[in-house]
Amino acid sequence: MGLSTVTMIYAGMFYIAALVMAIGLVYKIVDYSRTPVPLKIPTTPAPTTRSGVIFRMAKEVVVFESLFKANKWIWIFGWLFHFGLLLVLLRHLRYFTEPVWFWVDIIQPFGKYASFMMVIGMLGLLARRFLVDRVRYISTPSDYLMLVLLIAIGVTGMLMTFVVHTDIVALKMFFLGLMYFDVQPLPQDLTLLIHLAMVAFLMLIFPISKLLHAPGLFFSPTRNQVDNPREKRHAQAGWAKQVNQTK
Amino acid sequence: MAAPVFDVPEIKNEIEIPKLREGVMAHAKTFPATKPVQDFMGYPHELPEDWKERAIDKMGDLLGKYRSLKVFLDACVHCGACTDKCHYYLGTSDPKNMPVARQDLMRQVYRRYFTTAGKLFPKLVGAKDLTQDILGDWYNYYHQCSECRRCSVYCPYGIDTAEITMAGREILNHVGMGQKYSNEILGKVQKIGNNLGLPGPALEDTLEGLEEDIEADTGVAVKMPLDVKGAEVLLITPSADFFSEPHVESLIGYAKVFHAAGISWTLSTHASEAGNFGLFNGNYETMRKVAMRIRDSAIELGVKRIVVGECGHAWRVAYSFWNTLTGIGYGGDDPFSIEFQKQLDPNYPQPQHICELTNDLIKSGKIKVDPSLNDDLVVTYHDSCNVARASRMGTEPGGQFTIPRELIKSVVNNFHDMADGTIGEATFCCGGGGGILTDDLLEVRVKGALPRATALNNVVKEHKVNFMAMICAICKAQFTKVLPKYGFDMSMVGGVHQLVSKAIKLDKAE
Repeated sequence: MGLSTVTMIYAGMFYIAALVMAIGLVYKIVDYSRTPVPLKIPTTPAPTTRSGVIFRMAKEVVVFESLFKANKWIWIFGWLFHFGLLLVLLRHLRYFTEPVWFWVDIIQPFGKYASFMMVIGMLGLLARRFLVDRVRYISTPSDYLMLVLLIAIGVTGMLMTFVVHTDIVALKMFFLGLMYFDVQPLPQDLTLLIHLAMVAFLMLIFPISKLLHAPGLFFSPTRNQVDNPREKRHAQAGWAKQVNQTK
Repeated sequence: MAAPVFDVPEIKNEIEIPKLREGVMAHAKTFPATKPVQDFMGYPHELPEDWKERAIDKMGDLLGKYRSLKVFLDACVHCGACTDKCHYYLGTSDPKNMPVARQDLMRQVYRRYFTTAGKLFPKLVGAKDLTQDILGDWYNYYHQCSECRRCSVYCPYGIDTAEITMAGREILNHVGMGQKYSNEILGKVQKIGNNLGLPGPALEDTLEGLEEDIEADTGVAVKMPLDVKGAEVLLITPSADFFSEPHVESLIGYAKVFHAAGISWTLSTHASEAGNFGLFNGNYETMRKVAMRIRDSAIELGVKRIVVGECGHAWRVAYSFWNTLTGIGYGGDDPFSIEFQKQLDPNYPQPQHICELTNDLIKSGKIKVDPSLNDDLVVTYHDSCNVARASRMGTEPGGQFTIPRELIKSVVNNFHDMADGTIGEATFCCGGGGGILTDDLLEVRVKGALPRATALNNVVKEHKVNFMAMICAICKAQFTKVLPKYGFDMSMVGGVHQLVSKAIKLDKAE
């Protein structure tokens, strides 16, 4: 029995998307880490120890501390979106693991309903782009399209979770097959095909889009530097190292 | 050239977020640097034929040298958190003064020439070819940014617009679009030793005059030593302290503190300037050259401690960068820094802020003060941006807020802070920092001071505040000029050591 054309196209699409995303992200991360940081520029007050910096970064990543200080609306919508997305993504691990990890099972019911958090958050962010004159001014077409793409991914996913179920067992076989380089047939529901195509597209553009804010945060010198310039000489940055030792 | 006419904004009860008014500050152009000024700095003085290649090359060069620039240009998601945080936006309502929009002036070009998405789909991601119009926007709006970092506090990725403004000005310099004010000052500090261009003999005269004034006033012979070899402390202070009002009152304050504590100290002709405008223009080599004057003077004079006077951006450069640039500090393990560390007294932080020094002396009882001598004053404190968000004092994070306040409260009895959200890490810039303290940008300066003026007005109404203390030469010069436009008396503005100077008890038995 041969595989359908659609299955072959989607298999190829996911291999390419995963490869582009992985290579693109590795390239970006290597590029960031190789670019020197010649000066101490933490936004102060800043932690004076490495462990303090880890705590500061953790607060930024988990509760969006700076955004909380800035604007409660963006914060609540942004946090609903990101935390919902996290639960949804973790729930999706069940389609890539056999047997399913126990904690993924625990998350499953939360992950299903987290999709509402995610979509509500994004609708709020989209509304701000139209309603707040300052945000409208800075929005580019890609800013709208990115939200629309993510909302569409969320909505098609919710449709399959709550309304028109797909053959989830066959879908899992397809993805496990991809992982073991043994391609299996993909269920051919329209909703699923749309959902998957958009996910693959999102993976494809990840390393060339503003989604780079995810790795970017970890490389942000204003957040990840220790405030100790009087105690420790910061003079190791590539090109500046030589400069800093000449009289 | 006549100063442009403009309306001074009206102070409201609260700081309000204005509706956008596009292009309202597009006319505010700072004076361009002339040929001799640019020549000295090694920059062209007019747009060269190959300006576009030069600008893009320079951008590529900076992207390879500064991780901050690269990450900040990539990471922004246009969330809008920063849009209402800049005092210039709040004061002018020009959308290009929103931090993200200011960054986007460069980001649009970065995307076009350095990113896949911008090369393939420029319209979609807001990427644009570099044009002379865009350079013009850079020139206007990178000189309506005081590099105060308020936006970076609120950005979820810590994007600091100051880094982008600095890069923008550096690129502009490389295509012959330098700013007269900053580049002239960078010439003076390197040729003469200070930003005001005050030569050694004039400085000596000024200091002698001040010594006579203090003695006439107090009956005590407080000295202002210059170029004294073997002194314990080298004081590096902004040159405005030597003859601008109210700056000089703080200089008198420092001198009285050293006198009362019995610490031998000296000023230096060669390093008669704490300010370092190299910071503002984003040129590392210039900033280092200017900073090296301090190390050179310290070695020549053989001092054991380096103390920095009241100057905001100077304290940023001193605290955050001197160790890196010049080895003034601890922890270096290369011969260049070890050589200098051996000269320093390890019992003190190096460099030390004058507020750290004075506060320690008062707390340990080594100098005596009488706060009732300031009872005519009701005082508030303006946190200067570079001190607040780019440096520290003491050993704990936030010492840059607590130490100056502790010090003020030990020398005055009436103190009231301005509202939360306008002080500490959220402090509003005076409106004149970052290389725009020039009369050709007076409109920008006046409008940019609106948030601070509003917060000040509220404590004036509520607590009858009649003195705003600060520790920055630029803040002092800016406020004495612009606060009168809002109806405040310029005598409300002064240094923390102006208060110390009034309250300190000098030993008359000599």
